Amino acid sequence: MTYEPLLDRMPTTRPTSGAGFFGERPKYAEEAAFKIHGGCGLMGICDESGTLMSGVNAIKAMAVQRDRGNGLGGGYAGYGIYPEFPDHYCFHMMYHDLKAKEESEAVFDQHFVVDLAEPMPTRPVKGISDAPLLWRYFLQPDPYKLENSEMSADDYIVHAVMLINSSVDGAFVASSGKNMGAFKGVGFPEEIGHYYLLEEYAGHTWTGHNRFPTNTPGWWGGAHPFTLLDWSIVHNGEISSYGINSRYLEAFGYKCTLGTDTEVAAYLFDLLLRRHKLPLELACKALASPLWTEIDRMPEEEAAVYRSLRAVYGPAMLNGPFAIVLGFNGGMVALNDRIKLRPLVAARQGTKVMVASEESAMREVLDAPDKVWAPKAGEPVIARVKGADWPIHGDLHLSAGELSCAVTGVNDSCEIVEVG
Amino acid sequence: MTTVTTDGPIEGYVKVDPIATRDGDVLTLDVQSRYYKQVNAAIRAGFADGVKTVKLLNVNGQRYIGTGIKGKDLKIEVHGTPGQDLAMFMDGPTVEIFGNAQDGVGNTMNAGTVIVHGDAGDVLGYGMRGGKVFIKGDVGYRVGIHMKAYEDLRPIMVCGGGARDFFGEYMAGGLLILLGMNSRLEGPMVGGYLGTGMHGGAIYLRGEVEPWQCGKEVGVFIANEADMADIKPVLAEYCEALGMDLDEVLSEPFTKLIPVSHRPYGKLYTYL
Repeated sequence: MTYEPLLDRMPTTRPTSGAGFFGERPKYAEEAAFKIHGGCGLMGICDESGTLMSGVNAIKAMAVQRDRGNGLGGGYAGYGIYPEFPDHYCFHMMYHDLKAKEESEAVFDQHFVVDLAEPMPTRPVKGISDAPLLWRYFLQPDPYKLENSEMSADDYIVHAVMLINSSVDGAFVASSGKNMGAFKGVGFPEEIGHYYLLEEYAGHTWTGHNRFPTNTPGWWGGAHPFTLLDWSIVHNGEISSYGINSRYLEAFGYKCTLGTDTEVAAYLFDLLLRRHKLPLELACKALASPLWTEIDRMPEEEAAVYRSLRAVYGPAMLNGPFAIVLGFNGGMVALNDRIKLRPLVAARQGTKVMVASEESAMREVLDAPDKVWAPKAGEPVIARVKGADWPIHGDLHLSAGELSCAVTGVNDSCEIVEVG
Repeated sequence: MTTVTTDGPIEGYVKVDPIATRDGDVLTLDVQSRYYKQVNAAIRAGFADGVKTVKLLNVNGQRYIGTGIKGKDLKIEVHGTPGQDLAMFMDGPTVEIFGNAQDGVGNTMNAGTVIVHGDAGDVLGYGMRGGKVFIKGDVGYRVGIHMKAYEDLRPIMVCGGGARDFFGEYMAGGLLILLGMNSRLEGPMVGGYLGTGMHGGAIYLRGEVEPWQCGKEVGVFIANEADMADIKPVLAEYCEALGMDLDEVLSEPFTKLIPVSHRPYGKLYTYL
């Protein structure tokens, strides 16, 4: 994917000199004043029956994990929350000022058909201050321009997100998927949930995050979840391989602009699952690769697959401690680093699958779980909404032979990855 | 369950004292949605006031229960799911959990007993230097990491289920026993990197281990009669506390792991 054709037709960066809407201002930047070490907290819940749950469930799970964060970031992603606009992409936008809004809206007006633009509903909450301008847009790509671009609608959206994040100063896309949205900011998660009136939304899948910023600034755009299309990621940990991951992603047209390591995980899932059409388990094994010593103990057929996978996707491997929850319209996936350097527990109650950093968070929401367990490091916990489109190629569990097909491209449905 | 209010954010915990009822030397605290500071303050106040047993009801996620409490013949009963660092630095009391425990139980514990009737999480018994931890079910990663012994202090931990990777990592002293009996985990009873960096103490496993599971610093032996005589009283106490059958526990041979060197990194970090 290259940016140039679309870039040519979109307004890009504002001239570096000359008066803007509000005259000159310094380039918007966030910097960490100091470094703090700590943890984060996360949750995810998915009702596999597709039954919608109030956002209050997500807030409750985060509220008992309050002490895992320090008030410098909280956020949620909800799925199935915009049934009035199921086929529109919904852009949740954060603007530092009106100028950023004006420029972003120029991009929308030129390249999309916007059917509804409105300020995000919020309420004043003690402890939440310095909020950016928050707007949401229900839009679809301009049909003529989409056709001219020779891209899929999803790729067109990805272009626009990268364009706004990288070149509209002070504007950030909080989320850009269909029938979903990210609600995030600087504050404790229960305050952020209250601020965004989350109790008024109902979704079949929710993820939540409580941030304790360690290496990067605590700012509104840097709160979790990080999203692209309907993929959203909440993350506890550190992605030490951020440098190599972001360079790898740049080669595929992704631009890492949000100054936080977690961003790469969202883009890697988009690349591996949507564009490379890797089966979910393989994508998870590419990101949390089995150790070489483990591979050596596998049956040869399986070992060959994993050696290939590590060779092909070495730069996509997430190194460092992490627990992440990936949300999307078809469900939810939770994954740990391969030696479990961050906590992750899971539970099931009927059709509800839930994950969190602490068991207490799940017990706050589920009154009588059928099962509570600690997932094995590197093994995904998967929830799939019945009847919803499953955007992921392949089934949940693959045999070694099927894995081999997926990696080596014997079958035409997994032609993308070719290993000699 | 949490308090939902219309005029402010949902609060996971409220900073209000728990509801207390005293009956002789037993204090019952309903700690539903109470913040850990108020809960722990109430426990300490109770013990200071001559209480011998504190029963905690509706526990969910409150941290540091039993942390730093000193004294013998004191007991805390936990009904629910206690939060991180339960019994950290604890010096004497008994804490019994009717449910699962989260991460960091018995962190740097000095003396006393922790009994968990369910599972426990990661870094169980981190740096533990005395006392006993008895878990009925499964445990997580890095269990018994850096347990240590000093003079007459010998920490003891028995886990009835299975364990994940790094069991007994950097262990410097004490006794760590894994039974693999009440497990819901798939695969082997213990993960890899068993006893990696171990330089003191002993690990006993009910059953066998493969060489790949063991760290480079451990030697693997079949437990002999003297070894079994050493651990039998511990197992008897464990079975008594958790309602298990000692004969069944002893019906399988045990494997003993001890360090091959008491200074595995001596050559790595010293000036030569």
